[in-house]
Amino acid sequence: MRQRGFAAPAPPPPMDSQRAAAVRAIAERHAGSRGPLLPILHAVVEELGHVAEEDVATIADVLNLSRADVHGVVTFYHDFRRTPPVAHRVELCRAEACQAVGAQAVFDAVTQRYAGDEDVEIGQVFCFGNCALGPSGTIDGRLRGRLTAELVDAELEASR
Amino acid sequence: MTTVYVPCDSAAVAVGADAVARALEAVDGITVLRNGSRGALWLEPLVEVETDRGRIGYPAVSAPAVAELVAGGMLDGGDVGGCVGVVDELPWLAGQQRVSFARVGVIEPTSIAAYEAHGGYAGLRRALSMDPAAVVEEVVESGVRGRGGAGFPAGIKWRTVAGATADVKFVCCNADEGDSGTFADRMLMEGDPFTLIEGMTIAAHAVGATEGYVYIRSEYPAAVTTMRRAIEIAYAHGWLGERIQGSDTSFDLYIRVGAGAYICGEETSMLESLEGRRGEVRAKPPIPALHGLFGRPTVVNNVLTLGAVPMILAEGAAAYQARGVGRSRGTQVFQLAGNVRQGGIVELDFGVTLGELVEGYGGGTLTGRPVRAVQVGGPLGAYLPPEQFDLPMDYEAFVEAGAMVGHGGIVVFDDTVDMAGMARFAMEFCAAESCGKCTPCRIGSTRGVEVIDRIRAGVRREENLVLLEDLCTTMTKGSLCAMGGLTPMPVQSALAHFPEDFGLPPAVGEAAEEAIPDEASAAREGTRP
Ligand SMILES: Cc1cc2nc3c(=O)[nH]c(=O)nc-3n(C[C@H](O)[C@H](O)[C@H](O)COP(=O)(O)O)c2cc1C
Ligand code: SF4
Ligand code: FES
Repeated sequence: MRQRGFAAPAPPPPMDSQRAAAVRAIAERHAGSRGPLLPILHAVVEELGHVAEEDVATIADVLNLSRADVHGVVTFYHDFRRTPPVAHRVELCRAEACQAVGAQAVFDAVTQRYAGDEDVEIGQVFCFGNCALGPSGTIDGRLRGRLTAELVDAELEASR
Repeated sequence: MTTVYVPCDSAAVAVGADAVARALEAVDGITVLRNGSRGALWLEPLVEVETDRGRIGYPAVSAPAVAELVAGGMLDGGDVGGCVGVVDELPWLAGQQRVSFARVGVIEPTSIAAYEAHGGYAGLRRALSMDPAAVVEEVVESGVRGRGGAGFPAGIKWRTVAGATADVKFVCCNADEGDSGTFADRMLMEGDPFTLIEGMTIAAHAVGATEGYVYIRSEYPAAVTTMRRAIEIAYAHGWLGERIQGSDTSFDLYIRVGAGAYICGEETSMLESLEGRRGEVRAKPPIPALHGLFGRPTVVNNVLTLGAVPMILAEGAAAYQARGVGRSRGTQVFQLAGNVRQGGIVELDFGVTLGELVEGYGGGTLTGRPVRAVQVGGPLGAYLPPEQFDLPMDYEAFVEAGAMVGHGGIVVFDDTVDMAGMARFAMEFCAAESCGKCTPCRIGSTRGVEVIDRIRAGVRREENLVLLEDLCTTMTKGSLCAMGGLTPMPVQSALAHFPEDFGLPPAVGEAAEEAIPDEASAAREGTRP
């Protein structure tokens, strides 16, 4: 792995908490394959919900990278969330094809409606590949087409 | 037992296909099979019933309607629920030239028996019996060009990789498909995954590669699942791994999942990402064909490019080369999206006009209002008015018109669209998705949003229009890749064709075309590869 950016200070000797042990196990599972960092980060998000600050040192240790390298990758990609997930996540497409059928209005209505709701997180995505049946979005990972704000409500209700 | 097909494609599932399948499974005397989608997406979920006459289609079926349809004679192909008759005979489908999508929607995606029964693996069988160099030449002769956007001849790229010596070579499939309005890569992977696996294996045999990666965007979880399953099956049947079908060719294939970055569709950014780094674009040269994944010679091709290869090998270069116009050979899998009545997949030989696609196959807008603009080739493609509907779909003709065919996506807008808003969005998208490596793209796009905002607000309009022009020139000329280099394309085409949306006098005829600076259309050809 090529070194990028400034050199981070040497990581402290890993003192594996339960979480660190889980992260280490994930990292070791993928360490033998080529270019393992993205698969590891995906697995951490999938199994532990997010990439915590402390996970970076553990992954860096297993892959023999600097913490700065791993941190740089985590922050580059939208998918590697760094805060714990909330109960429900709605992702709405804001790309051109969905805009052509009113996605912006759906986005505005939904973000407004759930503004104060701590259980629901609204995110924007640029295209789900469902561009002939927009507006598109996912509700807790389920892709839906021809979305309206009301349909988002109904889908969320079904999830709760 | 009556066989009933319910599509498993994400687009069908997004409008309720899974619930329809469950409802049908509960009915006695039915075997439910899950096919891909025919691509007539406005008809989804399109249920098909196998009868003596052929497969009869029932459009937009919902789970609660199943009982009534069955009672009305659906299982005998009865005329209920807006029955569309024999699906293969639908004029919309029968008029198409389905080559890459010949099996999509017809077979169960992960049935390798169905795949072979429908002509699958004929191309690889023939390739394995040929000298690798002859396979490369066959692809060169077919004239097939890269479907990812740049249109670079695939065979020439393969020749370069084949001619390089290294301890290991790679075949990487670009399945990042980030362009709005495109979904053909997804539908091929979900609907006929073995075609891609076969195409990649032919590429590996041709160039001497032993390892391959499919880089699929994370927004496509179903494609990831289907591809993984198909790869397992291909291994189990000796179509991947050591000594494929007893030949001297060995090839291992892996799936890698992107992480929500549009720029990772740019090939060098994709390679960085595959190596586990930030998806920052690499300067070229060196080209990936010589210095690609982990510094080794690498074929990077789009899903549709690799998906066209099995047919080229099965039926010979001449059959493929016979299709199309000019230097655009073969078929293109067009994707009709946005505000369109009949959205979906239309595969035709190159040369069909934009108007035939939008008005003919697409049937105009979904809202029934007049078409005002179409964007062809994704978020970096030009906006075109209906006056240009006689343009043939051909790489060169589009470049000449200051536009690009790109990945074949066509997004339709009706007359309520605010084109200054779309121009602003192009800049906003660039600002959000820039890899950050060069200033014109990273900073220029943010400035672009502000300048367009001022123009829209009527603040020192003339002055800001000059500023926007300068900014576009700087981005076009000073960006390392086509993200920054082509973002001016939608902006300037919107301005040229729809000046009234920016508070200017309307464009008339020729004036509109002259308003697009030449360097912008020239840059398109140069920077997108
Ligand atoms: C910003 C940007 C995004 C791109 N996105 C994609 C993409 O999603 N899929 C793709 O195949 N090519 C994409 N490309 C083109 C690739 O860089 C490359 O040309 C292509 O993968 C080569 O394969 P092909 O010759 O088969 O088209 C993109 C290019 C740029 C500049
Ligand atoms: S043009 Fe934009 S996306 Fe391309 S290399 Fe430069 S900053 Fe990165
Ligand atoms: S543009 Fe919204 S799904 Fe593609």
